[in-house]
Amino acid sequence: MRRTERYLSAGRFAGVLAAGVALWLAAGAVCLFVGQASVGPADVVRVLWGDQEASRAANVLLMLRLPRVLLGLLAGGGLAVAGAVFQALLRNPLATPHTLGVSSAAALGAVVAICLGLPGPSGGPFTAVQFFALAGGLLDVGVIYLLARRKEVFSPLKLLLAGVTMGLICSAMIMFVRFLSDPMKLVVVDRWLMGGLDVHGFRSLAAVLPIVLPALAVLLTEANAMNQLSMGEEMAAGRGVDVAAVQKEAFIAGSILTAAIVSVAGPIGFVGLIVPHLLRSLFGPDHRLLLFLCFFGGGVFLAAADAVARSVVAPSELPVGVLTAMLGGPFFLVLLMRRLR
Amino acid sequence: MEAPLLSVEGCSFAYRGGDFRLQGVSLDVPSGRVVAIVGPNGSGKSTLLRLMAGLLRPDPGRVLLEGRAVHSMSRKRLARALAFLPQEPETSFGFAVREVVAMGRYPHLGTFGFLAARDIEVVERALHETAAAALASRPFSTLSGGEKQRVLIAGILAQEPSLMLLDEPTAALDIHHCYEVLDLLRRLSRRGIGIVLVTHDLNAAAQFSDRLILLAAGRVARAGTPAQVMDQGLLSAVYQADVRVIENPVTLTPMVILTGKASDEAN
Repeated sequence: MRRTERYLSAGRFAGVLAAGVALWLAAGAVCLFVGQASVGPADVVRVLWGDQEASRAANVLLMLRLPRVLLGLLAGGGLAVAGAVFQALLRNPLATPHTLGVSSAAALGAVVAICLGLPGPSGGPFTAVQFFALAGGLLDVGVIYLLARRKEVFSPLKLLLAGVTMGLICSAMIMFVRFLSDPMKLVVVDRWLMGGLDVHGFRSLAAVLPIVLPALAVLLTEANAMNQLSMGEEMAAGRGVDVAAVQKEAFIAGSILTAAIVSVAGPIGFVGLIVPHLLRSLFGPDHRLLLFLCFFGGGVFLAAADAVARSVVAPSELPVGVLTAMLGGPFFLVLLMRRLR
Repeated sequence: MEAPLLSVEGCSFAYRGGDFRLQGVSLDVPSGRVVAIVGPNGSGKSTLLRLMAGLLRPDPGRVLLEGRAVHSMSRKRLARALAFLPQEPETSFGFAVREVVAMGRYPHLGTFGFLAARDIEVVERALHETAAAALASRPFSTLSGGEKQRVLIAGILAQEPSLMLLDEPTAALDIHHCYEVLDLLRRLSRRGIGIVLVTHDLNAAAQFSDRLILLAAGRVARAGTPAQVMDQGLLSAVYQADVRVIENPVTLTPMVILTGKASDEAN
């Protein structure tokens, strides 16, 4: 059992954070060299030296591996943070970034764009599918916000019911669109729904970074208020927390974060559920530490899962969303059984 | 008489779409005293406590803390002077006792809430004063009811408030732990902290508090010393039960006993 002998001081916080950053950078660096084309650290040196024969290696590293690893780190980290936030906000340990239907709505947007062959916005970093996925996710956030809004408090129960219902409606609409659409397009739809990080170049990162970073910043500054909320809304209010404002901001920032990630990576599951639980059992429930650790831990988990996904069935590759659930599921069950025993 | 710590002035309150829960309630809370709010179920005790804590807004009426309207203050500023302990707070995620008590420093700290040396001193002192120091490293959720209540009181003590409002702090406790908590609150009041608690235990209230406020159907039926409020006729009428008030042979405080079945007028 975890025993807490010390308070979370700024010094200890900085220490754990530094360790997290170090692990994050190391894992990212290792993932760069995993994949079908064998590219090693020696190639990096050759590229930096301007060796002309290394241009293929440079292309693989810079245009394929680097954006993919960075997207994995960002998407995994963002999903884990969103999961931890929703678990605190809804006071439900089973909550995930996808619980409130944001991902289903984003998927609906993507499926509609794929099946109707909709054109995206001209210019800008978004593809049509990404644009409509993001729009779907944000629309869902707006609808749930209007449904759950109340004068005094922002009811977690209403939020949960409205969100789950919206998710079910979107899933049904996805089925409806699939039923009507050209079977040839269903292959593309299915592939999108599995989730993946197979990007080329930095366009997707450029599209979501301006959304993901501010949302993360909002959530991280509210970590201490989330600690208070885990003792209940009235207790938090008595301690000086503006409960309604914190709940509103956490819901909106967490949902927008999820919508942005899902719009480029698809509905990748399990990262947002198991990473917060694992880190909470290792480092305790203090959200000030937990949210930062989720960002680094979730990123490392997804980048590593993607590295495995692109090597195990070479020369083909697995969709990473399939792999996270296949690896994460049994792992989570073992954790659960050990806890219950 | 010096200015009251908290004054409730002509406060009424109705939940949205509901009947009035409180009507025209006025009362003063002095510092350094224990005030117990008593009354039958549904008489408005918890509503009154939440009005005092600034969690509910009276309409009409106002609540003044040291002369300032509680609703005009920011929540953090209010929490530095006034602490509120709800009945059976939730305890998700397995925080340790030390962390739970340290959370009381929230209104005094910045965004990330890291404790400075003085904050740690305040938290450790609160743990000692509530005899909870030995529990400090244990997960809060594994404590017994009495231990939990002591730790929660340590948490609001770490807030360094001038007024503590507690909603049924003894509701889930056996007689020993009930008296232990009330004795602790009484000792804290003697250091100058104002204490207001809601309770159903009239005898414990009469024994441990300096003033009683008896609510009936959203109004103050009587406020005063335990001897003034523990009136046989008044209690019989308010609780609609045959009661007798006698003197506690040990503490010499008034004591109420139920003599028969609930009176027929109740039906």
